[in-house]
Amino acid sequence: MFYLMSHNYLKLNSKIPQGSIKDKWENYKSTLKLVSPNNRSNIEIIVVGTGLSGGSACASLSELGYNVKAFCYQDSPRRAHSVAAQGGINASKNYKGDNDSVYQLFYDTIKGGDYRSREANVYRLSEISSNIIDQCVAQGVPFARDYAGYLETRSFGGTKVSRTFYAKGQTGQQLLLSCYSAMSRQIGKGRIKMYNRHEMLDLVVIEGVARGIIARNLISGEIERHAAHAVIIASGGYGNVFFLSTNAMGSNASAIWKVHNKGGFFANPCFTQIHPTCIPLQGDYQSKLTLMSESLRNDGRIWVPKKLEDAFLIRKETKKPEEINDEDRDFYLERRYPSFGNLVPRDVASRAAKERCDKGFGIENNETKEGVFLDFSSAIYKYGQEKANEIGIKKYNDIDIVNLGEKIMESKYGNLFHMYEKITNKNPYKTPMKIYPAVHYTMGGLWVDYNLMSSIPGCYVIGEANFSDHGANRLGASALMQGLADGYFILPYTIPDYLSRYVKDPKKISITHEEFEKSEINVKNRIKKFFVNKGKIPVDFFHKKLGSIMWEYVGMSRNHVKLSKAIKKIQELRNNFWENVFVPGKIEDGLNYELEKAGRVADFLELGELMAMDALQRKESCGSHFREEYQTEEGETLRDDVNYKYVSVWEKEENKSISDEIMHKENLNFTFVKVQSRSYK
Amino acid sequence: MGKLLSLKLKIWRQRNNKEKGFFKTYHVNNISPNSSFLETLDFLNNQIICNEIKKESSPIAFDHDCREGICGMCSLYINGRPHGPDNLITTCQLHMRNFRDGETIYVEPWRAKPFPIIKDLIVDRSSFDRIMISGGYISVNTSGNPIDGNMIPISKDIADKAFDASICIGCGACVVACKNRSAMLFVSAKVSQFSLLPQGKIERKRRVLNMVNKMDEEGFGSCTNTKACEAECPKGISTEYISFMNKEYIRSFTI
Ligand SMILES: Cc1cc2nc3c(=O)[nH]c(=O)nc-3n(C[C@H](O)[C@H](O)[C@H](O)COP(=O)(O)OP(=O)(O)OC[C@H]3O[C@@H](n4cnc5c(N)ncnc54)[C@H](O)[C@@H]3O)c2cc1C
Ligand code: FES
Repeated sequence: MFYLMSHNYLKLNSKIPQGSIKDKWENYKSTLKLVSPNNRSNIEIIVVGTGLSGGSACASLSELGYNVKAFCYQDSPRRAHSVAAQGGINASKNYKGDNDSVYQLFYDTIKGGDYRSREANVYRLSEISSNIIDQCVAQGVPFARDYAGYLETRSFGGTKVSRTFYAKGQTGQQLLLSCYSAMSRQIGKGRIKMYNRHEMLDLVVIEGVARGIIARNLISGEIERHAAHAVIIASGGYGNVFFLSTNAMGSNASAIWKVHNKGGFFANPCFTQIHPTCIPLQGDYQSKLTLMSESLRNDGRIWVPKKLEDAFLIRKETKKPEEINDEDRDFYLERRYPSFGNLVPRDVASRAAKERCDKGFGIENNETKEGVFLDFSSAIYKYGQEKANEIGIKKYNDIDIVNLGEKIMESKYGNLFHMYEKITNKNPYKTPMKIYPAVHYTMGGLWVDYNLMSSIPGCYVIGEANFSDHGANRLGASALMQGLADGYFILPYTIPDYLSRYVKDPKKISITHEEFEKSEINVKNRIKKFFVNKGKIPVDFFHKKLGSIMWEYVGMSRNHVKLSKAIKKIQELRNNFWENVFVPGKIEDGLNYELEKAGRVADFLELGELMAMDALQRKESCGSHFREEYQTEEGETLRDDVNYKYVSVWEKEENKSISDEIMHKENLNFTFVKVQSRSYK
Repeated sequence: MGKLLSLKLKIWRQRNNKEKGFFKTYHVNNISPNSSFLETLDFLNNQIICNEIKKESSPIAFDHDCREGICGMCSLYINGRPHGPDNLITTCQLHMRNFRDGETIYVEPWRAKPFPIIKDLIVDRSSFDRIMISGGYISVNTSGNPIDGNMIPISKDIADKAFDASICIGCGACVVACKNRSAMLFVSAKVSQFSLLPQGKIERKRRVLNMVNKMDEEGFGSCTNTKACEAECPKGISTEYISFMNKEYIRSFTI
């Protein structure tokens, strides 16, 4: 046992380079081993996922000359869920001259994450950020421009500068399509072999290192073996544990969970971002929640009625929000956090919304009454006036001003307003949006070192699937930045250092190796289990049930009792699932959505328990993780830096249950920023 | 909340690419007008699955992922129209308030030779990927050291115009709306985005030639200016880009 512990302790080496924070990455790069161009084509790399992180990794590595095999479950790499990112991508370019800098972005991110992320990783990200924008411009991303032709920016939460680059409300789409273009070019050259509609179902580890995957061809149903010299996991976040989230229907934890089962450490599983501005739940038929981008908080003011009776009348739809005067509105973010106002970080804004709704001020006409207003009327008026002045209209009336203002809003957020109207049948130009927090992003993920390698040598993890940069809360517009940084600018430097071991002898692994055999049998057995099961209950039932447990007990507000309950309930639900789940069809049928869902939900049912365990052990409140027992008098998070300034790193031993997982601690050292209490007041 | 709906759904069922398909009729009740069309299919599938325990039939296979109108994965002709009766949306954004109580709704897969049916309502759109592979990119390496983004000022008009072309989600509605099954709107959107931007101008000739040739090779039809594509495009991409591409194409031979 002792050997095991110390052995694993070694695996937990974060490999953060020595030296001043400004020089770490630069100096470190010069120490990394290289693979010469003529040797690269003998080396194969598997990339699971084609979102911003996986797509950028595929493009960069194949351009360097490696042989890449890329996998995604959609019918084309262009559809990875990065495509849905709306608001923008950060970079510390300081184009606005508002005193932004690499340090400022670094500091904002560390503080935003409530001092639970690694300094060295975050600093590197911040250094790379500017390069990403240049790269994307070169690839033809049509970022917003001002009239002089220069790049436009806007502000996001948790910062006092304007550093977010954007392409209307479709930034993720534009960035992803440029990755996809770059990938397409390499697919054409034969350097990337693309496996669409494939799902990774296991990682193959041979002699302690990652050497391949088992994947299911989602059309034919065949189970396939794929070998490589290294495996990169870029499979996105696991927010769908909650059933309802802003993720895509197919977003899943299966890839990372299989790696975890094979020994890959899982870090900070309980850190889940609940995004403040999503369209509230309408009914129990609902299959997902839709985000309204954080960028809207640049121009929208969040409020609820000051008087309970007004809230009541609004819910009954006998009073309109427009009929409530400013003095009867509670702009609670502006009231509580005057210095950041509506642009506080997401965790803060979400909790504040919950606080108001819990007190009975919610305005949504649904069962839970949960909803607050996001109001654009002031911004519409302000922009209208500016425009009227600009074009020199002397005598204008309010209607003209509003018309002009609405046009400006349309140019900034047209697609978001359109999306809102289609879902709710309400026109947000005329009446405030109704919004409420929803599960959006997972800061936790597979543990990686400074090289982005997991605790299994040869298995790298990038993008939302890893845990590295966002601590206990992610700031808006920094996930796109991280995904592209990982894939375009970090991995291409760090992975050759590992691959160089194969230069002398590229010994390709045969897919007939016994570990492939073993993995394949496991995968097949599990699938078989679904079909021989004589259950009667559809998969969705279990997924919804799990979601409601997670939301109620492991959601925005947690405590010891709730978390302990959650663990028990999840275990029970998991047993129930394996006894009673029903998957229609036959094994040999091929395409079977219910089977795909069943596999994913089975993994969520395990991960959910680990999330609750992690939340239970962290007896402090930080960022998104709010433990009711640990709060200030004003209801803000109360961190405990003496005891919890660490990354919780979970290890699952083979054939042991989740409740037996071992937790290791990676202590976080802050030498370049002063650890302070996080205030946005 | 409006009155709950009862609907008759006539849905195309087809086991695979070889067997013949047919319409099968289903009934659903108590559908909220605020639910989405795909949620209604979820509801129906749940019903089918629960019945299948008594061996009735298998759930309806349909493509979807983001369910917010951006990934381009969902498709479907609904009452003969790509993405259904509402304008400027995808099927996943279609809400049931667009239907009347008691209405019969026909649901079919995309029908076009270059999009062969895989199962039920799912088709294979990899022909679009192959067109992109033939030239839908700017040949710049990704992990390089490009010049500062502001070194290439781009006038707002041009940037906006390129953006308006770039928002194509690759769903294929333009193709299946067109009586000739032309992919001109899809191809022109990509060609225009890159040809408009200074970064993409260098390769413009080669790009348009390769992409148009590939489109023909994949079996898409030619454009006869009926503009049905524009009318059905969920993103409202304008056929002006087709004219733009035609000019680019001619130019690629002349200058
Ligand atoms: C609605 C929404 C809006 C957002 N807006 C912003 C924003 O404005 N700014 C910002 O910075 N961030 C934003 N985010 C967050 C950001 O978009 C994501 O964190 C980021 O795009 C994730 O990228 P990724 O490459 O890690 O994963 P993804 O883009 O999710 O890609 C995952 C890939 O993995 C594949 N995959 C998954 N599982 C498997 C499997 N088992 N087998 C095979 N393949 C698999 C998928 O097919 C896909 O290709 C937003 C997120 C959402 C949901
Ligand atoms: S499911 Fe993504 S566009 Fe409809």
